[in-house]
Amino acid sequence: MEVTTDVYRFIVRPKERPGGRRRHEACPLAADARALGLSSVRAIERAALYFVRGTMAPKELCLLGRFLFSDPLVEDCSWSRVGDEEPDEAAAPGDDGGDDGGDDGDAMRRVEAHLVETALRPGVTDPVADEAMRAAAELGVAGVEAVSSGEAFFIHGDGLSDEELSLLAERLLCNAVIQRWAVGAIEPAWPDEAAGSGAVERFELAAMDDEALLALSAERRAALDLAEMAAIRGYYRREGRACTDAEFETIAQTWSEHCVHKTFKARIEVRADGEAAAPYPPVVDNLLKSYIKRATDEIAAPWVLSAFVDNAGVIEFDGKHELSFKVETHNHPSAVEPFGGANTGVGGVIRDVMGVSARPIAATDVLCFGPPDASPEDLPVASLHPRRVASGVIAGVQDYGNKMGVPTVNGGIHYDPGYAANPLVYCGCAGIAPRGRHPRSQAAGDRVVVLGGRTGRDGLRGATFSSMVMDSSTGELSGASVQIGAPIVQKKVSEALVLARDAGLYTAVTDCGAGGLSSAVGEMAAELGADVDLAHAPLKYPGLAPWEIWLSEAQERMVVAVPPDRLDELRSICSGLDVELTDLGRFSGDRRLVVRYDGAVVIDLDCGFLHAGPPQRSLVASPPKDGPADGERKAAEPTASVARATAPSSGEALLAILAHPAVRSREATVRLYDHEVQGATMLGPYAGLKADGPQDAAVLRPRESRGQVAVSLSNGFNHRYGAADPYRMAVSALDEAVRNAVAVGADPDRIAVLDNFCLGDPTVPETMWTLLEAARGCYDAATAHRTPFISGKDSFNNAYLAPDGRRVSVPPSLLISAIGIVPDAGAVPGSDLKAPGDRLYLVGTMEPSFGGSVYADLYGVPDGAAPGVPAASPGAPMAYRALHRAIAAGLVRACHDLSDGGLATALAEMCLGGRLGAKATAPGDGLVAAALFGETNGCLVVEVADTAAAEFERIMAGIECRRIGETDGGGRLELVAGDEGFAVALDDLAVAFGGTRSER
Amino acid sequence: MRRPKAIVLHAAGTNRDPDACVALGLAGADPEIVHVNQLRSGERRLTDYRLLVIPGGFSYADALGAGRIFALDLASYFADEVAEFVASGKPVIGICNGFQVLVKAGILPGFGIGGRRLATLARNDNGRFECRWSTLLAPSSTCVWTRSLPGPLACPIAHGEGRFVVDAEATLEKLRSAGQIALVYGDDDGRPANGEYPANPNGSVADVAGICNPAGNVLGLMPHPENNVVVRARDGEARRERTRACLALWRNGVEHAKEL
Repeated sequence: MEVTTDVYRFIVRPKERPGGRRRHEACPLAADARALGLSSVRAIERAALYFVRGTMAPKELCLLGRFLFSDPLVEDCSWSRVGDEEPDEAAAPGDDGGDDGGDDGDAMRRVEAHLVETALRPGVTDPVADEAMRAAAELGVAGVEAVSSGEAFFIHGDGLSDEELSLLAERLLCNAVIQRWAVGAIEPAWPDEAAGSGAVERFELAAMDDEALLALSAERRAALDLAEMAAIRGYYRREGRACTDAEFETIAQTWSEHCVHKTFKARIEVRADGEAAAPYPPVVDNLLKSYIKRATDEIAAPWVLSAFVDNAGVIEFDGKHELSFKVETHNHPSAVEPFGGANTGVGGVIRDVMGVSARPIAATDVLCFGPPDASPEDLPVASLHPRRVASGVIAGVQDYGNKMGVPTVNGGIHYDPGYAANPLVYCGCAGIAPRGRHPRSQAAGDRVVVLGGRTGRDGLRGATFSSMVMDSSTGELSGASVQIGAPIVQKKVSEALVLARDAGLYTAVTDCGAGGLSSAVGEMAAELGADVDLAHAPLKYPGLAPWEIWLSEAQERMVVAVPPDRLDELRSICSGLDVELTDLGRFSGDRRLVVRYDGAVVIDLDCGFLHAGPPQRSLVASPPKDGPADGERKAAEPTASVARATAPSSGEALLAILAHPAVRSREATVRLYDHEVQGATMLGPYAGLKADGPQDAAVLRPRESRGQVAVSLSNGFNHRYGAADPYRMAVSALDEAVRNAVAVGADPDRIAVLDNFCLGDPTVPETMWTLLEAARGCYDAATAHRTPFISGKDSFNNAYLAPDGRRVSVPPSLLISAIGIVPDAGAVPGSDLKAPGDRLYLVGTMEPSFGGSVYADLYGVPDGAAPGVPAASPGAPMAYRALHRAIAAGLVRACHDLSDGGLATALAEMCLGGRLGAKATAPGDGLVAAALFGETNGCLVVEVADTAAAEFERIMAGIECRRIGETDGGGRLELVAGDEGFAVALDDLAVAFGGTRSER
Repeated sequence: MRRPKAIVLHAAGTNRDPDACVALGLAGADPEIVHVNQLRSGERRLTDYRLLVIPGGFSYADALGAGRIFALDLASYFADEVAEFVASGKPVIGICNGFQVLVKAGILPGFGIGGRRLATLARNDNGRFECRWSTLLAPSSTCVWTRSLPGPLACPIAHGEGRFVVDAEATLEKLRSAGQIALVYGDDDGRPANGEYPANPNGSVADVAGICNPAGNVLGLMPHPENNVVVRARDGEARRERTRACLALWRNGVEHAKEL
């Protein structure tokens, strides 16, 4: 196609600030560059780039540059026609006369700098460009045909070579998966306007031998094994025809680990002897049923409204409303493109909650990264540096939650070398809905309607991609697997859905997640069948093959089943909110999934075959031969190598623990998330006198809430425990999630949990053993606490195949997320101490041990101390119930659980939160370090006013609860353990903990 | 008078509109969220309301800078209606993104020559979006919203582009002398932040957190008084006072709407 129009390049740079005090955003990037080994980089400044294609008069260019793209008070904008040698002089600053004398120096400074530019690859979602197009039209600039955006980086540093600049671009400034880069000015690029394609490829599966089947699975990255491929071959032999590409992709996606949880439902042969084998039958048939769901069934809590059936678990809230909760992982996409991966992870889990007809009220995020100070040589080949992963992931979480207006209120960040190639990104979302308003009653004749974003090539084969082991070529090959989010589009869809729900306009709803329309329509039509035509689907750009449209994981789309007579009403709601609505076809009632492109059939599958799923997998579980650690993972033992030979003083150890990556303040990250939007946050992640005391759980009182009833969100996670003892890891994670909820006032008889496993390759027997142990721990802990599971998700193949053939998998990782009912938001104590002269009690049986502890990570296990991972605390369920009665009675002023770093750490955090001192004696007659820093399940510290003490002690009668000290106004924490006493000043605690109050 | 009708304007990406409704409801108004499309189509009319809120959020995803496109919407479609609303003395409040919209649409600071922008809200000093609680002091007697508040307010901030910037010292002087500096950031003890982070969370000149127009009926501010209108039982008495002050701000606006 001939292009007769021009392309203009606009560059928008922040003005130099008076005094040049800070060049914002310059420094963090430069520090990242130096961490890559480019020590001569002094500063990096960023500027925005816009390319505009069209026919525009000079005055219109000026309008775009000065009004639309820049804020003349703080930014300079210049523009030129692409292809012209020199910038358009007419565009130089001048007409508002507002530029001061700093300009010459400015120009000088920028001439010296090296320039690297990035731009999005054509076809990658570019919301900024979309808005710019709309705004240009609104401004009356009619000749704009297309806009694309990019970024320029001015790099200051002496003697930087082109090689070094390229390295900087590749490793830090650009992500090749979604962006292009250039040293110097980048050429704009536009989506290829190729002709549309109805092309369908056919495979003669019926005639293929085993080898050919496996080759096809590999070629199309389907992650199907031979038994599964053979089952598909059997189907086509019965049907007596060839398999279309769209059908093959549909089956691969529907049968993927991601969608059917083959590992959890597998038949597992247990190969173990003696004590290890004792808890298990010779064969475990379906882990999910045998352990996770079984706990839920046995507890049979009447307030669990939906468990393991819908997109999210649902519990009763206040008689009128129900709460939903779901946690997902988005690990593989985040490893390849951290921002987009985490961004769409949050977006995806929010859609799960929208998929049970709820309004999202809170987001959670638990993130696991490689060590931020890892040297580049130690990293797996071709994986991004952990700093880069972390900053991208955090920015992605921030972007989606903040823009959707969903407060991000609970989470965690964990570091381990085992996460360097495989970061974990757990994203959660809670929602609220009127009770019983989520319909599941689609019927033959209902329309198949898609709401929301347009379809592009985004995220093709995400479901199968996430079910594969990564290697050094993964980033390159799976470029298409990365989705880019547009949170505002999803926000509009969410608003439309709530209105549609209240008006009763749909009979079923589900989200387009992994597998796109294939998964969403396929699931909704599993019992009915459907007949849809993809030619109706609105596309981002032409040229998509039918299978690509069907499988695309373009974000921000929901599928609803709509009775034909309600469609107009839904259309009118959607047009009022600028939400795109597409009628794709109908639910048929003949149990065939029929998909057409412009009338021609591209898929015609029997729903029975498709949804009966793949043949059950057979796997083997056996304990590692040499010790308890995951057999795959000998390279990354707990970092005992850094343990110091000589034990420190207790005061020194306390400060070191507070500064340890597992404990230190996450405030700098947490403050990037809006945790106050919706006005429901009664207790946020940090609170107290200076709002820097870490809290155990978030408490929200949604605006729908009747009276004072509120909801808590908390989590338990400890990968260091997982590496040492997966059974106790599970027990501890569940206890911690429940303990955190109880600490903020949740009723232990109204807490539900979610399980999210992240493990390595399930075909490795030791990995399956880890899973088996952890699942059994989940069952034991859930039934002990009477805490049902309501939803869960598992992620396998979080492993990396290094070029030398070595397999590196993540430490066994299990996240337990808890949602609890807080009967009275007014009684939420918070962890910060409130007043001097109050009593401090330790509730629960303290059994300090050091396996996987923070203390041991720093100094090794002390001589004579328990080396194992903390065991279950049999008294905890009773203790939590008694403590809850005391909290509900308003007797507890502050409450904080003992977790990483033990009793001394918990007390330090409480003092810090309230900026109050305390004197306390750690119980135990033996080892000082054990009493202070040993880790245990089942324990909390509480602050009780003198006047409330008698009543508190009466409620706690029969529970292990001992008075350990009192609060004071002395400005320091004084601790006695055994024959040792020491004191640490509050200021020193604050500096070690490192909140943003000590930042400048 | 009955509860005055308040319009809470919604564009794609606006997210604290329901929060503003909660505050307005508590303060005695009858709030309604109205989509920009409803105004454009004539389904709703601005003149039917007595109080206007431009709430917080990420209108149009902050594309091309916070508030810029929403401001363009106002200027393109409703310039006359909004000007009339402001001139009639009816109370208007723009919060966070709404403040950015008012400034970028030229409604605040409400003086100037030939559309030249005298003030703006730029990227925070530290270059980051930040959410934290702030303390606000209300030095002005011009602003109908902040007049005779009982004491400092406690409000969360949640923004990445909240650094108040003026073109010249003279503009700041003009704002000061006209009593248009409605709210400034303070420290925990209720003294002006004096530029110190994090009390002044974004590096705003003269600790400015909010300004009003010369007539005092239009207030724009970065922090979120709508997110602190319910007294939290766990707070100490001092903090409760600062919550009540937030509600008092909303009551001021609603009372003013009634008086007109």
